Amino acid sequence: MDKFRRKSHTRVVAAVSAVSALGLIVSCGGSDSGGTGGGKKDGKVTITMGLFGVMGFKETGLLDTYMKEHPNVVIKADVAGDEQTYYTALQTHLAAGSGLKDIQGIEIGRAKELSDTQQDKFVNLAGVSGTDHFLPWKQSQVTTADKKVIGLGTDIGPMAVCYRKDLFEQAGLPTDREEVAKLWEGDWSKYVDAGKRFKQNSKADKVAFMDTSSGLFNAMIYGNSQQFYDKEGELIYATNPVVKDAWKLASEAATSGLTAKLRQFQPGWDPGLANGTFATAVCPAWMLAHISEKAGPANKGKWDVAKAPKGANWGGSFLGVMEKSPVKKEAQDLVAWLTAPAQQAYLFKEIGNFPSSQTALGLPEVVDAKSDYFSGAPIGKIFAAAAQEIPDEQVLGRKDGTIKDIFSQGLTLIEAQNKSPEQAWKTTDKRIGKAVG
Amino acid sequence: MAISTSTPSDGAPGTAPPAGTGTGGDRRRRSTLLHRLDVRGAPYAFVAPFFVVFAAFSFYPLIYTSWISLHRVELSTLNLMEWVGFDNYTALWDDDRFWNALLNTITIGVLSTVPQLLMALGLAHLLNYQLRGSTFFRVAALTPYATSVGAAALVFTMLFERDFGMINWMLSLFGVDNIDWENNKWAAQTAISSIVIWRWTGYNALLYLAAMQAIPRDRYEAAAIDGASRWQQFLMVTVPGIRSTIVFTIVLSTIGATQLFGEPLIFGQGPNGITGGADNQYQTLGLLLYEEGWKNYQMGRAATVAWAMFLLLIVVFVVQRVVQRVAARKA
Repeated sequence: MDKFRRKSHTRVVAAVSAVSALGLIVSCGGSDSGGTGGGKKDGKVTITMGLFGVMGFKETGLLDTYMKEHPNVVIKADVAGDEQTYYTALQTHLAAGSGLKDIQGIEIGRAKELSDTQQDKFVNLAGVSGTDHFLPWKQSQVTTADKKVIGLGTDIGPMAVCYRKDLFEQAGLPTDREEVAKLWEGDWSKYVDAGKRFKQNSKADKVAFMDTSSGLFNAMIYGNSQQFYDKEGELIYATNPVVKDAWKLASEAATSGLTAKLRQFQPGWDPGLANGTFATAVCPAWMLAHISEKAGPANKGKWDVAKAPKGANWGGSFLGVMEKSPVKKEAQDLVAWLTAPAQQAYLFKEIGNFPSSQTALGLPEVVDAKSDYFSGAPIGKIFAAAAQEIPDEQVLGRKDGTIKDIFSQGLTLIEAQNKSPEQAWKTTDKRIGKAVG
Repeated sequence: MAISTSTPSDGAPGTAPPAGTGTGGDRRRRSTLLHRLDVRGAPYAFVAPFFVVFAAFSFYPLIYTSWISLHRVELSTLNLMEWVGFDNYTALWDDDRFWNALLNTITIGVLSTVPQLLMALGLAHLLNYQLRGSTFFRVAALTPYATSVGAAALVFTMLFERDFGMINWMLSLFGVDNIDWENNKWAAQTAISSIVIWRWTGYNALLYLAAMQAIPRDRYEAAAIDGASRWQQFLMVTVPGIRSTIVFTIVLSTIGATQLFGEPLIFGQGPNGITGGADNQYQTLGLLLYEEGWKNYQMGRAATVAWAMFLLLIVVFVVQRVVQRVAARKA
């Protein structure tokens, strides 16, 4: 009897271990083949969102407001801190067809790739009512060749020049933002000229005129209709005069010692802001929050914002709805509401995400916005003017983000590693070939 | 696994096996068969989970990686694979980034492994003495190893920062100009190696210490009677006594160095981390793999790098075995 018991015991253990082993296989096979997390149950609608960085919807309580106004809606938002991580996961989910949310955030650098390769998986938002208020160029960025719209615009990044008044003064340059803007009105090369004047007259020998040459490069590129790719999706960076000019001027700035040889958002840049190791930074609207935070209260009132020579846009995002979502209709309504002028203006007021809605640019929250930190600069007007200077059509390319990074690194080669501009261009060209090939 | 599907058919457990009758004999035969299956099969069932996990997470990825490496395929469109044969491999062979990454992996590997193991040996030797609070020192030696790569690398990145880093500040006290650690090839590699050294020295020291404690005391006594100094004892008794452990740590460190990834990635931060610096000055093979796969989204090329690393490790170990054997024959 004892023996038998023991025997049956072994058998049970064996069976359990085999079953659990099988269970492992099954769970690896992936049973989550359908759905996006959202759904309808007992009259309640659940909408899931995948977001990244500080898009602000969750942080400012907009989602709570929406749920209060729509008591039958529950919104679950996942916010990934880092866009790169977010996008890699999104791609994997798209490829696997599982793990997606009803609404997915799309960063501008990814918009083209997604609309080229995954547009079937996104709902066409072209017909959603009340969504004809966007800046034309913003809308053009997510419209496919056959007029499908895969996302609605959230924020944008119109650019200006942030500068330190005190450092300008000690170098004998004007400090009033109107006069400063006149220094380089209409032409980025005048900005570099101002830098040379700054360097000559500056009494503080460890202060550079600008943080990095790649900031200048970005600003020059992103004000144009075509950048690295043409409308047909062909790479034109090597021949596009826009890119050539930007490269030439940025490398001139780099070789004339006008830059602090930093990389934006990398180690050294933040303490550089706090300690004033550079006098200017070409700044998209969303960068102001970062500057004021990192430069700290000690530098309040020392910074100011002047109009850039030419309007340009760096960054911005979209919200797309997944075709697979069981609550497509509700998700579209939510996206339309979140990107409506009033909400965009609210987000700008709360956290400084600049509206992509033309209507929102005219709302008092934007028109009257002034920044205390930046010496009371009328940032709403300055950035809105920059946004409206951008040509109505902006052609994005599949690998814009990667190419931009490679160009930044190419400029670092000149700036910090003493490579010649020709050598650096060759390396850059070769790397782009590798990255997109 | 077959055992799991055979349900007990010989009555409810707990009933005594009947004996004598014809049906009983049949039952007994079946139950002995089951018994035999049980005895023979159960062990396989017990080890099955490991093999299932191994198959799912090691073997299958290995095969799938080699399959992918023969294709041109992007991460966003994994279902669209274009057969290219060995093109990825030949392209890798012709790619100077690969040779650069290989060289960097070797130089950073040497820069980090050699001082690390020497320091570990010395540290273990010190810990091996009778000293007060030895447990404290042993735990202290292991603390860096318990720190996450991310945290360690982030802190070191701040220490090695160009304008406001603590190391440059200390050097400036001696009149040394600010060193651009990240942009200077050898400075960057040294900085990254220092992270590795900091994390792993204590770990290796404890391995050595364990081995040292197995050396019989009387060998030291005999050596002391023969008039050997402490240093001579260390060279003549300790080192030969832990030779196999040293070989083991070399093997471990070699594997670790080949796969070096987190430290340089975080040291560079952002796009520069992925490419190992603007000039790829500290791009290791692991980073090259990551760049191909998760920046350029070329899974085929990333898989090729993975296989190249795998083959490389095999070559390293074959060479090592040959050297070892030759050395043993000479001795």
